[in-house]
Amino acid sequence: MSERFAEWFTITPLSFAAICAMLAATYFCRAGGFWLMQHVPLTARVRRGLAALPGSIVMATVVPLALRGGWPAAIGITCAFLTMLKTRNELIALLAGLATVAAARATGL
Amino acid sequence: MQPPEKPGLTLTRAGIVEGMKLAIPILPGICFFGMAYGAAAAQTHMSLLEATLSSWLVFAGASQLVALELWRENWTFTAILGLALIVGTVNSRLILMGASLHQWLGQLPAIKLWPSLFFLTDANWIISERYRAQGGHDAGIYLGSGLLLWVVWGAVTVPGYLISSLVPDPKLFGLDLVMPLFFILMLVPMWKSRADLVPWCVAGTVASLVWMIVPGYAFIVTGAVAGALTGAFLPERADV
Repeated sequence: MSERFAEWFTITPLSFAAICAMLAATYFCRAGGFWLMQHVPLTARVRRGLAALPGSIVMATVVPLALRGGWPAAIGITCAFLTMLKTRNELIALLAGLATVAAARATGL
Repeated sequence: MQPPEKPGLTLTRAGIVEGMKLAIPILPGICFFGMAYGAAAAQTHMSLLEATLSSWLVFAGASQLVALELWRENWTFTAILGLALIVGTVNSRLILMGASLHQWLGQLPAIKLWPSLFFLTDANWIISERYRAQGGHDAGIYLGSGLLLWVVWGAVTVPGYLISSLVPDPKLFGLDLVMPLFFILMLVPMWKSRADLVPWCVAGTVASLVWMIVPGYAFIVTGAVAGALTGAFLPERADV
């Protein structure tokens, strides 16, 4: 047991460095776009681009994932979207989406 | 939540609590994923300490899972550099999320702003965008949802690692799709005008084409940039 315990808490300087490199790369992404926008003049064009950006990120994430996931994913995502339109309740819409995906998979779609 | 009457951005304790509440619907999905990560880490050469530290320090699920494939017992400088590059590539979408929050979150003083950016993830980004689209002015929404997700994400890595063989496949409950589902339903209240429709469709189409041609996660950034550029070069719109 004590051997197992020691295994759990093993860390080498280099594996710690690897985790820190992952932290640095991720923080660079988190802060990088933000830092960039401090140096971009906010023209009307940039403002219009930024207005379209959040929805574009959502669509660029969701549409390929729906294609990748096949029918269950596509039907589930559509169902979550429609339930949100109807109820405006995130929890209900999310549950409806998850239930639809699970059900569609269970029927072997 | 009623946005405060002051037009400037605030950061209040009530906002942090409200942000935590807004993150609750996504928590079961995050728990399953964090546990799945812990279980996968247990099946590689990672120790429990390394797995938990990586969850708390990196706090970006997709890139952590990719990193597991590259994880090794003996590290060289080149291997660490390669790991950082791959992780940066998988997380490049966060660059765009940060850029899109800039106009709103940028009003925070630097001493609060730069540490807060550590907590930027998909879920609290979309929660913040939705809140902001409805005129919200409390950065606590962003920080509170990020903090709760961070604590839970790191904490569930431990049981996931310890009971790795018992962690169910997230696919069983559709939970592997929880983030795209959350994204799409949050888009509903963010809808402002029909002017959004063209850039959003361009983003979805370009991303799908890139996904078919290029392996990896390049489709998110290329599709999103295509959508934003389309928005930028469309004619003037009344609401921006």
